[in-house]
Amino acid sequence: MSVAPAEMIVAPRTGAWRGSTLAVVLCLPALLPLVVIAFALVSPETGVWAHLARYVLPEVVANTIKLVIGVALVAGALGTSLAWLTAMCDFPGRRWLEWALLLPLAIPAYVLAFVAIGFLDYAGPLQTALRSAFGTSSWVPPIRSTGGVILVLSLAFYPYVYLMARNAFLTQGRRVLEVAQTFGYSRSAAIWRVALPMAKPWIAGGIALICMEALADFGAVSIFNYNTFTTAIYRAWFGLFSVHAALELSAVLLAFVLIALFFDRRSRAGVRYAASRDLSRHARAPLGSRTRWFASLYAGGVLAVAFVLPLLQLLWWAVKRAGRDLDARYWMFTMHSLVLAASAAIVIVGASLVLAYLLRRQPSMFNHATVRLATVGYAVPGTVLAVGTLFPLVMLNNALQGLLSEVFGASAPTLLLQSTVIGVLLAYMARFLAVGLHPIESGLQRVTRSLDEAAIGLGVNGTRLVRSVHVPLLRSSLVTAAIMVFVDVMKEMPITLLTRPFGWDTLAIRVFNMTSIGEWERAALPSVVIVAVGLIPAAMLSRGNAHVA
Amino acid sequence: MKGTRLSIHVFSSRLIGLFLVGLLSACAPAPSDLIVYSARNEEHIQDIFERYTKESGQKIQLITDDAGPLIQRLAAEGKNSPADLLITVDAGVLWHAAQLGLLRPTESATLDANIPEHLRDPQKRWFGLTVRARTIVYSTERVKPEELDSYESLTDAKWKGRVCLRTSKSVYNQSLIAMLIAQHGEEKTEQIVRGWVANLATSPFANDTLLMQAIVAGQCDVGIVNTYYFGRLQRDEPNIPLQLFWADQRGEGTHVNISGAGVTTNAPRAAQAQKFLEWLSQPEAQAMFAAVDLEYPASPAASAVEQVVRWGEFKPNPLNVAHAGELQPAAVRLMDRAGYL
Repeated sequence: MSVAPAEMIVAPRTGAWRGSTLAVVLCLPALLPLVVIAFALVSPETGVWAHLARYVLPEVVANTIKLVIGVALVAGALGTSLAWLTAMCDFPGRRWLEWALLLPLAIPAYVLAFVAIGFLDYAGPLQTALRSAFGTSSWVPPIRSTGGVILVLSLAFYPYVYLMARNAFLTQGRRVLEVAQTFGYSRSAAIWRVALPMAKPWIAGGIALICMEALADFGAVSIFNYNTFTTAIYRAWFGLFSVHAALELSAVLLAFVLIALFFDRRSRAGVRYAASRDLSRHARAPLGSRTRWFASLYAGGVLAVAFVLPLLQLLWWAVKRAGRDLDARYWMFTMHSLVLAASAAIVIVGASLVLAYLLRRQPSMFNHATVRLATVGYAVPGTVLAVGTLFPLVMLNNALQGLLSEVFGASAPTLLLQSTVIGVLLAYMARFLAVGLHPIESGLQRVTRSLDEAAIGLGVNGTRLVRSVHVPLLRSSLVTAAIMVFVDVMKEMPITLLTRPFGWDTLAIRVFNMTSIGEWERAALPSVVIVAVGLIPAAMLSRGNAHVA
Repeated sequence: MKGTRLSIHVFSSRLIGLFLVGLLSACAPAPSDLIVYSARNEEHIQDIFERYTKESGQKIQLITDDAGPLIQRLAAEGKNSPADLLITVDAGVLWHAAQLGLLRPTESATLDANIPEHLRDPQKRWFGLTVRARTIVYSTERVKPEELDSYESLTDAKWKGRVCLRTSKSVYNQSLIAMLIAQHGEEKTEQIVRGWVANLATSPFANDTLLMQAIVAGQCDVGIVNTYYFGRLQRDEPNIPLQLFWADQRGEGTHVNISGAGVTTNAPRAAQAQKFLEWLSQPEAQAMFAAVDLEYPASPAASAVEQVVRWGEFKPNPLNVAHAGELQPAAVRLMDRAGYL
């Protein structure tokens, strides 16, 4: 049999072209902005390029490479090691650290950046105290430096890797290690040679996400005044008034991302993951009495630096300003944030699930290329993507408006697609499809074909197979995807700003309104509410999820 | 059984349809509402808007964002744009919007009378509404005002390792450099900028507030800031050991910038937008508008709040603020060449 049974189960009658059409339609909101960006390459603006190439790009390219590699290494190591400890070992405080380590996900990177600089820079309380005690603070390493940016972004982004790697370790089960050990591997060899390679799609998926986040970040790097590709794009756009050069730079950035994604995929091509979920509750690996406490100290330390201390600082500022700022509008901000984040999570996770199945069933070159391309929006600086999504929306709107005017004449109702909830959701798809797709795709790799065959042998097929076999197995991946999209949308600014309906201010927009006038302390209150509102459900979900595993 | 299921289907799809229509229409503002795209912060316009609505009955809908995306949105929307008025906080940005054909000339005797000539577009497509100066700030503990003079004076060797600057990404610095280019030409201005960079105590800051905190903490002694940022710090902490110095008083005068507005080219309610703009230019509204963020009113007939008045009189550079936009790309290139990050 040339076609694996699994590929025929879900919709045996569907032709290849229908699959391709489905892929294109679902990816369209994400593809159109890229088309807008790519169009800029048709007529390059040489004057601006010559200047950028000579004075700006050398520094910017070097900085970007340092940043992305640094963040990938530091956040990757943090996320994977913490996931390993909480999933496979036992140590004091593990039960609550397990979900608390997710909490930094809700602190936007730019917020962490301004807290870090506010606290650690020369004029901050730490160095001021050191100077008053010892007369000098010159031995403190400067926070506004390459190392500082890498550290802050790593602390902000490690939860992506943590979430996905933990998911991998939990579903791969502890039995794998035992088996490896019976084959004579030492424990650490078993980890390096068996457990980690088996979790590779998840860890790589997580690291791919944070590399894209680091590439797209504008807020945090500007607070550090650290010049990257993103800042160069903004400079061309707002400083040199050349949208064109900005789009060209974005296109170059995208080309790099695509090449990286291609190599990432190729390195994993041909690898099949046959292990299935181990639902038995095996004893966690015992740690030595001193190692146990080191584990607690390490996990607790990361949590303190990435979350507890910044949150305390934010709370301190928020309380100081709440008297003046906190009012009834906060209910509205919160409701808008919740509605947008929840709808986006549903839409994006739904679309990702369909796309992941499509790739499994019809893994044609065309489908792969389409879906892969649709995910690179995550690496595009927010404002560029916001404008890129706005153009097609406005074009659609103006075409519809033209149609309406022809039918109704002067009494035609006015359409404003670019400021509707539907418009915002389409724009979010352009940005966050990668966030939904990565965990679900990785999860689906674990649902083996033999499992499908066994189910079909038992007479379970079609949608019932998906519902009663796949969904339970994919549950943790779906939850992971939903949490990440939800929290990402809560924090999202540029797209929400540009395409929100009139009056739909969210918490993130409140943060923008405060930070854009330099009132960082007043931005603390909406930031704290984002953390509270975004994380309580996220933490509860992840906790519920942990019990399943 | 099958019938009920079918009707549930029909019902739910109708419900979804209703929901969609609701979503689309609930978002649409009433046709008589004035629609404003503003890069000036909501905090700094909301009260004025409410006051106007109260006085005139005119309702106002607002979208705030950074100037760049708002201008792109206006350009993309073209003749179907719902926007009537564009408000921004930098003359260069207004110049750019006008250049793209997004703003229309407004002929109004009221505006001509209230807004001085150097604070508005020569073709009347935009008008300055509030004024802020970008000038030198110094530590009162380590610097005497007699040591200071023009922007250029900060290139002197005695300031080596004592100067703090905000990033060259700030549009306010871009406008300042643009004005220096208009005044001295590119070559001289590049020397000035190189001189500043050579005297830096630490790498440039992300905003004016961090810069001033660094001066207070002793990391550096002088810097260049917008007046209202200093005002905010001083309001929160009246004894702060910082003071403003009016730059270049023996030369051309201190660099000023504006926040301003213009009626959009495709404004569906241009007449109402003009009425609102005229109202904003009147002394009473001007005083209120400037007071919100410790700025100077554009209209000479209105006065600034007491805290601002106490900073003293100064001679502003009379160059038309439109130059800031024209020369901004040149300014950015110059700063890149000079290694001003």
